[in-house]
Amino acid sequence: MSTNNISRRNFLRATGITGAALCLGFSFSSNGKEPEVIGAAIADGVIELNAWIRIDTDGKVTLVDHRAEMGQGSYQSVPQILAEELEVNLNDVNIVFAPGNKEKYGNQITGGSSTIRGSYKNLLKLGATARNMLITAAAAKWGAPATECYAESGNVIHRPSGKKFHYGELVADASKLEPPKDVTLKQKSEYKLIRKPLHRQDTPLKTNGTAGFGLDKKLPGMMYAAVVRNPRLRGKVKSFDDTAALKVPGVKRVFKVRMGVFKTFREGVAVVADSTWAALQGKKALRVEWDDTGFEHLDSAEIFKRQQEKLHTEDGLILKKVGDPDAILQNAVNKLDVVYQTPYQSHSAMEPVNCVAHYQQDKLEIWGPIQAPEWVQEYISEQLGWPKEKVTVNMTFLGGGFGRKAFMDYPHEAAMISKEIAAPVQVIWTREDDATQGPYRPGITYRCQGVIKDGNISAAKFAMAGQNNDHWRSGKTNQANRSTSEGFLKPYFDTIKNISFAEVQFETPIPTMWWRSVYASTNGFAYESFLDELAHAAGKDPLDLRRQYLNDERCQRLIDKMEEVSGWKSRKKNEGYGCAITECFSSTVGQIVKVSRNTDGKIRIDKVWAVMDCGWYVNPDIIKAQVEGSIVMALGAATIHEITFKDGLVEQRNFYDYKMPRINDIPPTEVYIMENDADAGGVGEPGLPAFAPALTNAIFDLTGKRIRKLPFDIAAV
Amino acid sequence: MISLNVNQKDYRIDADPNMPLLWVIRDIIGLTGTKYGCGVAQCGACTIHLNGEAVRSCVTKLSRADGQKITTIEGLSNNNDHPAQIAWNQENVPQCGYCHSGQIMSAAVLLRENPDPTDADIDSAMAGNICRCGTYQRIRKAIHTAAALQRKEGASK
Repeated sequence: MSTNNISRRNFLRATGITGAALCLGFSFSSNGKEPEVIGAAIADGVIELNAWIRIDTDGKVTLVDHRAEMGQGSYQSVPQILAEELEVNLNDVNIVFAPGNKEKYGNQITGGSSTIRGSYKNLLKLGATARNMLITAAAAKWGAPATECYAESGNVIHRPSGKKFHYGELVADASKLEPPKDVTLKQKSEYKLIRKPLHRQDTPLKTNGTAGFGLDKKLPGMMYAAVVRNPRLRGKVKSFDDTAALKVPGVKRVFKVRMGVFKTFREGVAVVADSTWAALQGKKALRVEWDDTGFEHLDSAEIFKRQQEKLHTEDGLILKKVGDPDAILQNAVNKLDVVYQTPYQSHSAMEPVNCVAHYQQDKLEIWGPIQAPEWVQEYISEQLGWPKEKVTVNMTFLGGGFGRKAFMDYPHEAAMISKEIAAPVQVIWTREDDATQGPYRPGITYRCQGVIKDGNISAAKFAMAGQNNDHWRSGKTNQANRSTSEGFLKPYFDTIKNISFAEVQFETPIPTMWWRSVYASTNGFAYESFLDELAHAAGKDPLDLRRQYLNDERCQRLIDKMEEVSGWKSRKKNEGYGCAITECFSSTVGQIVKVSRNTDGKIRIDKVWAVMDCGWYVNPDIIKAQVEGSIVMALGAATIHEITFKDGLVEQRNFYDYKMPRINDIPPTEVYIMENDADAGGVGEPGLPAFAPALTNAIFDLTGKRIRKLPFDIAAV
Repeated sequence: MISLNVNQKDYRIDADPNMPLLWVIRDIIGLTGTKYGCGVAQCGACTIHLNGEAVRSCVTKLSRADGQKITTIEGLSNNNDHPAQIAWNQENVPQCGYCHSGQIMSAAVLLRENPDPTDADIDSAMAGNICRCGTYQRIRKAIHTAAALQRKEGASK
């Protein structure tokens, strides 16, 4: 199997093109209409590269993964969908990553858990279209009606006679056909690959060192660069002293470099050398003076204090409001009015940010662990004042992404360095760069107010004060954050008769960005913990309270499943059970956490049960793996690590002070998937938000202690 | 000039003797399966075997390995068929996969030293390897599977 990215030359080499091939792709228009299936033209043995499916005369099948593979499984799930309708064996296909190209591959941004839910209907249609054309071609060759023919494992078979053609024998004829407009898709019951826990095609590459990540990309004549960037995240280079850096053997050049960070720019000083080690040594020897004027140098304590103050003095921008919660709160004798707090976090993917760029006079090619190749293409061509076609952006495998690598700063910086030295360059961010430079998940404070009357919720009012990622991206700072209620289930807006959500505007100079499950990762903790508080105030079982208010059928079934698998109702003495249910990216996940005390008195997480409702799905084992991993990531963010600031500087530098969960920290986890006929929802992120509140709700159940601030030290509870 | 034997092949390396083996292996020898994760022996992504023992190549200087034997993930087996590699595939362990060269190299030493490790043995041997994707539950399972494979292999020999 090849993992080449498809540049035209690579594609030809990878597929060994000789003569004809059947190539199908899409034409995506900018008007948001459904894309049209088109055949890809072949001229002079050169194929137009919008092919998503390519079948050669020797029967070799090449399928494109248009999304980043960062662990979530696109390299498996995208081909698994295509191969199902195409009727080929997954082990026989060649999988290649698409370069960034919005017109050919549509949306490629690998974020918002969108790989499957954003493409599966198109992919099914494309596979079925190719199958249909191959069957039509075979039927014509046999002079038989197409209805007598069917496809299986890369062959078309004539049912009455048992005659068969393998796909390679049909491509010359099939490629001359016009792709049909309407094709019949398989029924769910006919699936051979979809919904099966097939082994991932990238696993063998990841157990013998052959998977090519960003840092593994090498080019002839490639130089290595490391960059000193402003530790205060903003501001300019005042001056630098490169005397010592240039004395490091292997260091060739030192110069100022500038990269775009959302709507602003960040300056740094690049050290270019003939090896990674020399570049890192040169970076250490470099002295830079920064001009930080115009930006506040904040401490974490000050950030959260201001958030609290604002929440108690400002109403903020109302995002959603049903009924009149304010009137009820004003008149209530007993009300809950509490504050929750969640920290800034770093993505800290195991592969630190890095990028290879090769700038030549009239073209630029980029390789890297990139979540949004088409965004990088657009942004950098804009910065260079070039048409998009001159910038090629190739995705390697990503050693984790979690949102950080959906960002254009590091490819832009690499391109600028390559331009300056007129040679290909690999820019490596050290772990310290990765940890101290952001952008971060924003730290957020929530104010949650509620009134219970006659055992029911008569009012709930939520307000959030935290940095708004959308403001950083769009530059528009006076719009309410549409993510303020992310994670909160929609049925509550019908069943809680008086409810509101507001964003209290809060900004700092700290760049912020999506972090796995985005605002649901923090909202979920505040809102689902507060619902637990309301349940206890109402004298109700917390899971029963959810059952009462989440009155839609899918939620009811999810709750039944949570109860059934966890033994919620049959808990023993000295066991704490907590539940939480969150929704994000069109999938709902419920979790039950069980805790108890060790003989030394410390809290132990005995078990986590997670139930995922993501509707239509591809690979149940990948879903389970994603939820298992999300829970570990949530455990770290809830109980182990946080990013803090002092005098505008990030205080954590590496895994010794930004500690990660380790194998001995994790609870046993069981994951269940709901079966239904709903459309596909996301998988990579929705498993994360429910864990923290389910854990702290379980701790409350066991100890009576309510945890309202993350991270907390579980050993000290 | 420093002599290394990497995956049973001899190399003469002309480089800064302070250069960590990680960069020698990746940038000079060109074997990129060994990964950079932290540079300070905190994450285990760079784990290799030096004379059969698991070491963090990001903090092991080139000079320390003069005349010695190194195994990287590329040299652990000929056909991706070390019991740990087979088990990792069988149990669908990797997600992003970046840390797993190091995970497998650590597991291989554990499996050699302890043919039937308990969960606690696995936790203590593998606690130096971070997986940000959180595949730990499967790593544990795969090591049990690998141990069983290894015992079966041993019995059939």
